[in-house]
Amino acid sequence: MRRNPRELMMLNRVSTRRALLLGGVQLAFAGGLAMRMRYLQVDQADQFRLLAEENRINIRLIPPTRGKIFDRNGNVLAQNSPSYRIVIVREDAGDVDQVLQNLSELIELDPEDLDRAQNEMRRSPPFLPVTLADQIDWNDISKVAVNAPALPGITPEVGLTRVYPRGADFANVIGYVGPVSDYDLSKMEDPEPVLRIPRFQIGKVGLEAKREDMLRGKAGAKRVEVNATGRVMRELDRREGQPGADLQLTVDAELQAYIQARLGQDSASAVVLDCETGDLRAMGSSPSFDPNLFVRGISVADYRGLLEDPYRPLASKSVQGVYPPGSTFKMITAMAALEDGLIGPDDTVYCPGYLEVSGRRFHCWRRGGHGHVDLQTSLKQSCDVYYYDLALKVGIDKISAMAQRFGIGVRHDLPLSAVARGLAPDRDWKQRVHGQDWLIGDTANASIGQGYMLASPLQLAVMTARIATGRTVTPRLIKSIDGIEQPSGAGEPLEMNETNMRTIRRAMYAVSNDRRGTAYGSRIIEDAFRMAGKTGTSQVRNITAAERAAGVTRNEDLPWERRDHALFVCFAPYDKPRYAVSVVIEHGGGGSSAAAPVARDILLQALYGDTPPLTAYPAKDRDRVKALQERLHREKLRRDTEGSGRA
Amino acid sequence: MSYLEYAVKSTPTGFRKILYLNWPLTLLLISVAGVGVLMLYSVAGGSFTPWAEPQIKRFALGMAAMLSIAMVPIWFWRNMAALAYGLSVLLLIAVELFGSVGMGAQRWIDLGFMRLQPSELTKITLVMMLAAYYDWLPAQKTSRPFWVLVPVILILLPTALVLKQPDLGTSILLLAAGGGVMFLAGVHWAYFAAVIAAGIGLVTAVFESRGTPWQLIKDYQYRRIDTFLDPGSDPLGAGYHITQSKIALGSGGWAGRGFMQGTQSRLNFLPEKHTDFIFTTLAEEFGFIGGISLLTLYALIIVFCIATAISARDRFSSLATLGIAITFFLFFAVNMSMVMGLAPVVGVPLPMVSYGGSAMLVLMAAFGIVQSAHVHRPR
Repeated sequence: MRRNPRELMMLNRVSTRRALLLGGVQLAFAGGLAMRMRYLQVDQADQFRLLAEENRINIRLIPPTRGKIFDRNGNVLAQNSPSYRIVIVREDAGDVDQVLQNLSELIELDPEDLDRAQNEMRRSPPFLPVTLADQIDWNDISKVAVNAPALPGITPEVGLTRVYPRGADFANVIGYVGPVSDYDLSKMEDPEPVLRIPRFQIGKVGLEAKREDMLRGKAGAKRVEVNATGRVMRELDRREGQPGADLQLTVDAELQAYIQARLGQDSASAVVLDCETGDLRAMGSSPSFDPNLFVRGISVADYRGLLEDPYRPLASKSVQGVYPPGSTFKMITAMAALEDGLIGPDDTVYCPGYLEVSGRRFHCWRRGGHGHVDLQTSLKQSCDVYYYDLALKVGIDKISAMAQRFGIGVRHDLPLSAVARGLAPDRDWKQRVHGQDWLIGDTANASIGQGYMLASPLQLAVMTARIATGRTVTPRLIKSIDGIEQPSGAGEPLEMNETNMRTIRRAMYAVSNDRRGTAYGSRIIEDAFRMAGKTGTSQVRNITAAERAAGVTRNEDLPWERRDHALFVCFAPYDKPRYAVSVVIEHGGGGSSAAAPVARDILLQALYGDTPPLTAYPAKDRDRVKALQERLHREKLRRDTEGSGRA
Repeated sequence: MSYLEYAVKSTPTGFRKILYLNWPLTLLLISVAGVGVLMLYSVAGGSFTPWAEPQIKRFALGMAAMLSIAMVPIWFWRNMAALAYGLSVLLLIAVELFGSVGMGAQRWIDLGFMRLQPSELTKITLVMMLAAYYDWLPAQKTSRPFWVLVPVILILLPTALVLKQPDLGTSILLLAAGGGVMFLAGVHWAYFAAVIAAGIGLVTAVFESRGTPWQLIKDYQYRRIDTFLDPGSDPLGAGYHITQSKIALGSGGWAGRGFMQGTQSRLNFLPEKHTDFIFTTLAEEFGFIGGISLLTLYALIIVFCIATAISARDRFSSLATLGIAITFFLFFAVNMSMVMGLAPVVGVPLPMVSYGGSAMLVLMAAFGIVQSAHVHRPR
């Protein structure tokens, strides 16, 4: 429409003014954007550059190879074997269902694993491998490899898994490894990142757990570039890790195997200690279990079976089990009295079969008594009254101190789970723990290794080795780490009167070599390897006066868990001690009948290092010994052929 | 003086008109489109497919459209404004009834050879309609309530339709561009003050209505606003876009990481890197220098448009050119604010750079109007 010029000029002036105003606002806004850009790209650039790198670069850990474990002769006790698993990459497989169908025709697939895998595939991006089956044997892997064209997206992968070739023999020493659990992580303050690798194995029990730091090694790492969905685009660089240290133990695998076989299915344990070096030659504990089950993941039923077994197969009885040492403790009581100068070896005590102590009768195991006994006779025949008498003269504090010098009631530092401290009680201890005064009757009980006194088979072996050598022999389990020899456990001189030590040793010799000794039936006949020892039968129950009057129930008639423990400690050769052995058979009955033959057999096996000649055994035992030797020989042959077959 | 009073003899005719084009503006447009092609080539990992090549073809088509429109006298476009506006409102209604759903919203009609987005078209036709309206309206009526109400209805009708699609970004753009044209036409300040006050009230209402049965916008739009206000609250979910976008921008630094060296875009950390977030790739690879350069090109385009508008003598040329400039400004201002974390993610492309057919063609057509105004201005 037509406008008059004045109106148009006015309109244009308003429009131009407003256009310039709006243009100015727009340019100001653009300036604001420029400022913002400057802030992000110049002021904050370093921080954002860092964030971009964090986005892009992923650190992937390379798990280290776990250190191997050998016995003293280089036999493998724990190693890492290739374990195969089958993985599928969804994007390469195309028709996943068809591929799985093909695969299940070739090899057996666990439906449970398959379900889990299919769930995982639905959740994860298509390029991530998903495990279909783990711990596959070589046959199945080769089948998959041969049929690869029919199985797109399926690849066999190799990893390492822990294997214990000696199976149950060393389960209670070495323990086992298993995948890291949330519980494991929760116990650690600052868990290493390598622990978060799926299926990474760490030591759970025993040496594997206690020397985890050495065995694990250091993880390597590679830096990879990933995209937003996590797919690896390329590897940027890589730093190799450091494998774990190889441990050589002091144990002898063959001796250990023998011990496990000899202990059989009894709930028992045995320790063989090298008197010269403190080397633990063997630590048997039976019954045992196959640690390989735990590595693979033990079934709930199997695990419950192990847990609920009254014989406690999961316990390392040789170091964890504590028992009243019974008569095996008498050497300590005698030593305390001798060192104190209160008695001489020839002083006698009259044993009428009991001793009256503050109105209470303490019985000798032989009801009729032993008559007049000196030190050697008392030990040889294990007269209890003699030691009641000695203990009342010496007092508990000195006995307790002596026990500790011989390694009882002291924790020996071994890389094993729950190493027991045992107990050598004294007045202070009772006051502290029980809030009661020490009674004279407690001293009588302690003198024969009953009452509060507790020792583990390991401590009994240490005690025996210290008696045999007169040195503070200290047990050691690890001989060398990555070839570096560890300090020996030969120890320092005990600084006891050597005459007294010799008296004790001679008495122990009599135990197993004098016709009237309690272990004469289990002597070693070979002159070069004469054995000195001591039997022990420790009570688990209290025998009341009424019971005693009615005639004590025979052990065999009691339920298993109330029978006496059978113990035996020994060393040989008598004149130049090499090995000290302790054997404890839980609820096994008498020390001389149940424990002594076992200990003798083990000692002979250790001394000969191979199959000992039958002539070294007393005639009555030879048939049994021969049968076991033959059985073990057959088993060894079978194991060797299997071993070579696999290689 | 209306276009009828032009000294027609002094306007160029025939192909000579090409010489009278706003050449600086044309060169600026070519530069910006060149930047776009370069970035599309980069985000495709150094390839002309799938984005750079179609973009070149569309730009060529857009150039042809712009030149054709520029050759036609501006008064023809003035006469066409009402028709174009009516047509685009009809298309918006059609898209509501028969439209296809893409990206969670009804936005386009498939014409077979291309997908038509009527909301894009409306951005131009609305501006043209308003410019034509004020060209026709006697000046003294400009601020009278009834004559203010008419353009308000003209604006709100398409805005409501677009909002219903739902396309919040475009409806805000329409509202702002329409308001801008009214402001430039000289409507009294008081109206704008009232609208701004009402706008603040509306925003409050939007937030207040959240979670009630009558809530005014969709849940996902609320979430976008939430994550805009605090992107750290959900860095892997809805806040991911803003966080990653800022990382890409910031990591570019002063001079950028180099052409095709941007890890954020190359490794797909950036969302929608060929469309709404393409500026982040530019800023990552060419740094502050690259970002400022593009911003300068955009600012110059605005400046040349304003210059054209001021030199025009008729109301339609002036208002349409300024309206188009405002629309163009709103495009890049909202997009850049969004990728820099200054505005919520609303889905507005970077003009002439983002991959997309409708937006490019519509913008080029709009610049055709600007060129026509420039060519046919009185001398």
